[in-house]
Amino acid sequence: MFKIVSKEKLNDIVTRMYIEAPLIAKKGKAGQFIIFRIDEHGERVPLTIADTRPEDGTVGIIFQTAGKATRLLSEMNEGDEILDFVGPLGKPSELDGYKKACVIGGGVGTAIAYPSAKALKANGAEVDVIVGFRNKDIVILEDDFRACSDNLYVTTDDGSYGYHGFVTDKLRELLEGGKEYDLVIAIGPVPMMKFVCDLTKEHNIKTLVSLNPIMVDGTGMCGGCRVMVGGELKFACVDGPEFDGHEVDFDDLMMRNRTYSKFEKEEDHKCNLGLKQKAQA
Amino acid sequence: MAKANMRPDKVEMPAQDPKVRARNFDEVTYGYTEEMAVEEASRCLQCKHRPCVEGCPVNVQIPEFIHLITEGDFEGAYQKILETNVLPAVCGRVCPQETQCESRCVRGIKHEPVGIGRLERFVADYHRAHSNPVAAKVESNGHKVAVIGSGPSGLSCAGDLSKLGYEVVIFESLQTGGGVLSYGIPEFRLPKSIVKEEIKQLELDGVKLETNMVVGRILSIDELLHDYGFEAVYVASGAGLPKFLGIAGENGVGVYSANEYLTRTNLMKAYDDNYDTPIRKSKNVAVIGGGNVAMDAARTALRLGAENVYIVYRRSFAEMPARQEEVHHAQEEGIQFLNLNNPVEINLDEHGEVVGMTLIRMELGEPDSSGRRRPEPIPGSQHDIEVDTVIVSLGTDPNPLIKATTPGLDVTNWGGIIVNDEGKTSRDAVYAGGDAVTGAATVISAMGAGKVAAASIDRYIMSKEAEAEAEAN
Ligand SMILES: Cc1cc2nc3c(=O)[nH]c(=O)nc-3n(C[C@H](O)[C@H](O)[C@H](O)COP(=O)(O)OP(=O)(O)OC[C@H]3O[C@@H](n4cnc5c(N)ncnc54)[C@H](O)[C@@H]3O)c2cc1C
Ligand code: FES
Repeated sequence: MFKIVSKEKLNDIVTRMYIEAPLIAKKGKAGQFIIFRIDEHGERVPLTIADTRPEDGTVGIIFQTAGKATRLLSEMNEGDEILDFVGPLGKPSELDGYKKACVIGGGVGTAIAYPSAKALKANGAEVDVIVGFRNKDIVILEDDFRACSDNLYVTTDDGSYGYHGFVTDKLRELLEGGKEYDLVIAIGPVPMMKFVCDLTKEHNIKTLVSLNPIMVDGTGMCGGCRVMVGGELKFACVDGPEFDGHEVDFDDLMMRNRTYSKFEKEEDHKCNLGLKQKAQA
Repeated sequence: MAKANMRPDKVEMPAQDPKVRARNFDEVTYGYTEEMAVEEASRCLQCKHRPCVEGCPVNVQIPEFIHLITEGDFEGAYQKILETNVLPAVCGRVCPQETQCESRCVRGIKHEPVGIGRLERFVADYHRAHSNPVAAKVESNGHKVAVIGSGPSGLSCAGDLSKLGYEVVIFESLQTGGGVLSYGIPEFRLPKSIVKEEIKQLELDGVKLETNMVVGRILSIDELLHDYGFEAVYVASGAGLPKFLGIAGENGVGVYSANEYLTRTNLMKAYDDNYDTPIRKSKNVAVIGGGNVAMDAARTALRLGAENVYIVYRRSFAEMPARQEEVHHAQEEGIQFLNLNNPVEINLDEHGEVVGMTLIRMELGEPDSSGRRRPEPIPGSQHDIEVDTVIVSLGTDPNPLIKATTPGLDVTNWGGIIVNDEGKTSRDAVYAGGDAVTGAATVISAMGAGKVAAASIDRYIMSKEAEAEAEAN
């Protein structure tokens, strides 16, 4: 059993929790993820590791209520325990040696982008951050990002806060204004990652994305997480979840992520076994 | 000894009606009653040269346990099997007896062999019904061994080592122990309660099972050896990495690997409404492959409500690698066999959903390196079938994670860990066996490898201890 040691609502539908898991806290790195299962009847759901605190043995997760499992988790409280918490899974991000990076997060994907921004900054890179939300009410982690970036740009789709527009609009503006980056990291809904990659390809900037296909085991055993990268079949849980965004077949990914839209067991269940994309969006 | 009963055929094992069982997940066969078991056991000739024992990868003392059944000493028969096989209830159900013990049975030359598997199952079930689990009393020898993976290979190695007094910890990446026995082989063929009880017995004997631990990520083999005090490691991580065909449409909505389909159903209980696991509601399903895994996937699809389930296999019945009984049961249940057919393309609609599959007919040519006749496509014989779900069951390879995180561990070009006759790898103190070494094989061969490794690990640690003592003196 794994204890919830703290819980904080970041907005109406996004929650941050710290879970007691000392070994994972010691081993987990930016870019890796965990899989949780609340109880015997629950699904296995992957979530990116948002933070690790080896000193007190806890692992931070940030998730959006998007299906039954994330809803149930969001209803649990400090002191409650969940049955399974496996990790760290996937490969850690390789963030050494970059000088100027731009980290882009969309929606709850910003939570996943946060450890990368922090790690880049710690490695001595100059870090710009663009985070985009639908509106002012759901902006999250603004202070956290400010602390680990040189420039922070918050965008909202409706203009109710910060820059009015999409993250790609802001990125284009920066690039056209003469900003140069040797790395872009884009994490968020699949269409957002796709558009960022289209743009950075024009500018020839290496771009990493974190993919979120359907997952079951997270160890390379089911193939549910298969994605096409550079024309080859890859398993996101072991070969990723980060990949070179210019090689990823996003259309294939969007198609596969629709697998269970018709077969969920709960009416309002928009997410399902490992549909991390929805949880991030 | 009484004269053998010369009845030519095996005593039939009662089973659920095929029409009924095709719609439920309860076990297909009921097993023998005491009377049936005694009658079947009496067919054994008690041959002096014991050919059946040679056919068994773990040398179960077959004539002896069968003799005890004829005397009505069912518990004694169970204990006799247990001397060499820690999972009799499992093996009695899933071993390919027709190519192992029963293939050597003298009664099988003219008629049907003795139903050794059915008898093994009977005594194991008898034991479970008539006894309470008790802990084996073994004094600890103070040495620690780590086992990676809780499939049959890991369980048998752990069982043997703990009987010798070792402190054994099994690290398992999934939430439940049992490996393929839990996530792969369906409930209707191997009830999960049996697997659970076998594991409970090991735990009672002192084996520790640590679930949710992916070795290579959370801990490496080197850390287990150097930081956690384990003196040896047995790698029994199986062959879980599914192969795909590489044909168009394979990433379509409704295409599964058999592993995913079976894991959702067995481990995650998608068939049970009390569980939240989603699975596709299919009408017409094609399963590609001809092994046990393909049969299990096909019969699972039927039980989940599909109307038509096809097996698409590029050879013929004679070459099919699945257990005979499974093919037979699948046919009885109405699985449709499209043998001598190979998939060319999976057809998708504009939303990426599977709507059909294009097949090409095959004929058998000359034998290939495996000795089986090589299937070759018949030009111009393409044809379509209408399906909404495709399950790919083309076999699995060992997972590369352990290799990638263990410097100096040698593997073959397809990822199988290389070991010597004693189960030792290229790394000191690291042993391996089961599917991780052989590629997808059988429960019993995986168990056999676990036993060999347990004996080698014991010799290795004892000789190290003896050396240390000699030095100290
Ligand atoms: C659907 C299906 C049906 C089958 N039917 C039959 C049959 O009827 N008869 C028969 O004899 N054989 C059958 N087999 C084959 C048989 O199940 C296998 O040969 C056998 O289970 C292999 O045992 P193992 O212990 O080597 O590996 P597995 O049973 O695969 O167990 C390996 C375990 O290791 C764990 N693991 C992997 N990597 C790690 C890691 N890095 N850290 C921690 N744990 C890890 C896995 O999660 C798994 O639990 C079938 C297989 C399948 C898939
Ligand atoms: S989640 Fe099963 S293989 Fe990646």
